Amino acid sequence: MEESVSQNNLKKTPLCAACEAAGGKMVDFHGWLLPVQFESIIAEHKAVREGAGMFDVSHMGQVFVEGPDAWRFLQYINTNNIKNTAGCGTYSHMVNEKGCIIDDAISFCLTPEKFLVVVNAACIDTDVAWFKKHADKFNVQITDDSAHWGMIALQGPQALAHAAKLINGVESMARFTIKEITLFGAKGYVTRTGYTGEDGVEIMASPEAIVKVWDALLNAGVKPCGLGARDVLRLEAGYLLNGTDADGTQTPYEAGCGWVVKLAKEDFIGKAALEAQKAAGLKRRLTGFMLTGAGVPRGGCKVFKNETEVGVLTSGTYSPLFKGIAVGYADTNLQEADAVEIEVHGRKIPAKKVKTPFYKNRV
Amino acid sequence: MHTAENSKYAKTHEWAYLEGDVATVGISDHAQQEIGDIVFIDLPKVGQQVSAGQNCCVIESVKSASEIYAPLSGEVTQVNEALKTEPGLVNQEAHGKGWLFKIKVSAPAEYESLMDLAAYQASVK
Repeated sequence: MEESVSQNNLKKTPLCAACEAAGGKMVDFHGWLLPVQFESIIAEHKAVREGAGMFDVSHMGQVFVEGPDAWRFLQYINTNNIKNTAGCGTYSHMVNEKGCIIDDAISFCLTPEKFLVVVNAACIDTDVAWFKKHADKFNVQITDDSAHWGMIALQGPQALAHAAKLINGVESMARFTIKEITLFGAKGYVTRTGYTGEDGVEIMASPEAIVKVWDALLNAGVKPCGLGARDVLRLEAGYLLNGTDADGTQTPYEAGCGWVVKLAKEDFIGKAALEAQKAAGLKRRLTGFMLTGAGVPRGGCKVFKNETEVGVLTSGTYSPLFKGIAVGYADTNLQEADAVEIEVHGRKIPAKKVKTPFYKNRV
Repeated sequence: MHTAENSKYAKTHEWAYLEGDVATVGISDHAQQEIGDIVFIDLPKVGQQVSAGQNCCVIESVKSASEIYAPLSGEVTQVNEALKTEPGLVNQEAHGKGWLFKIKVSAPAEYESLMDLAAYQASVK
């Protein structure tokens, strides 16, 4: 049985009190006090797949990149081609000189000279340090504005209808776009993005305004959801969890995200290493697995083929839709027809290699 | 019939109810709440010898795996087959239909060292 966490010394989001009031079971997530679940992970998963759920994602980082060279700078530190049309967002990886993933983030173009980069909570400090280290050659200003923003991910087939009650015109936004809005008198942003495999939006607002957004959505019947449901939803949808599915030693190619690497663009950090890896071919790649026997796979479990270890899981869970699902780094020679076994608590459970995402629906 | 009141408790959150020399074992209501939605239970094998405090069963929730320790020593004589298709019974009724397994105890004195409900409840406050 896991022990309840000491809440001392943990950072609190502007929605912490609201989450606790809604029955959130609070845990330590990379130094933040966040809800792992409210009523039940399965009920929360169902709400997002069938209705609407909301997550406190205020721990995520907001970094502004401004100046005449803002776009050129982002092109240099990202593997993907960053769109420089106002209102457009681009998912990309940032890698080091060896081509290994530092973080994955979405860069939103507010104007051709001002971008908002939304980064993972656990990476804020390292990302900002990385940005600043490479900013010398560019006329840009980097501002970590994370402390001034609360953020809610509102997700599910009913999410847009709920968002429309608070935000005019949100339903006509295209996927991966951003809009500056006013919420309860404060400046904010809405993006048509998410980490669940469902349609939805992410709303950023001041710490005061975000509490009002949460309350309005809660009163409208949107289900509060925790990190537990979020992890099941993102794994079903085949989204990478940086820090878990990539630990700083894998490239985007190995992480199954080759589509975010644009070798045809001008020089960017890690380009030479990624070119070399692409030419040489991969030995391991992040691979999807589904158990065919009963059990729950977890990160760290080993994958065997004919008693030989062929991979190690990085994430695994029980999916209400697919039962035991997982991803892990496996030998690229492994075929979908191969019979594999995953060792869970000393017991080898039959499994199969499957294509990800496990769940393909609306987005 | 075993209930929360007439069972005894290990500090690792298992309950045991002794009838003759056979103890029925489960997890406390507090434990099932902490674990959350239970989706799979790896039960011990019938005939398996267990000693008090030994890890002999794993309860999987969506989020995590929890090891369950035998509260008493002896031989596993029966497991709750219903949990193989309906593990959520433990969430619904930790003390009734959600029992885990039965042990033919080899050291009945161990039962006396377990906590009663009041002592257990005080221990999890």
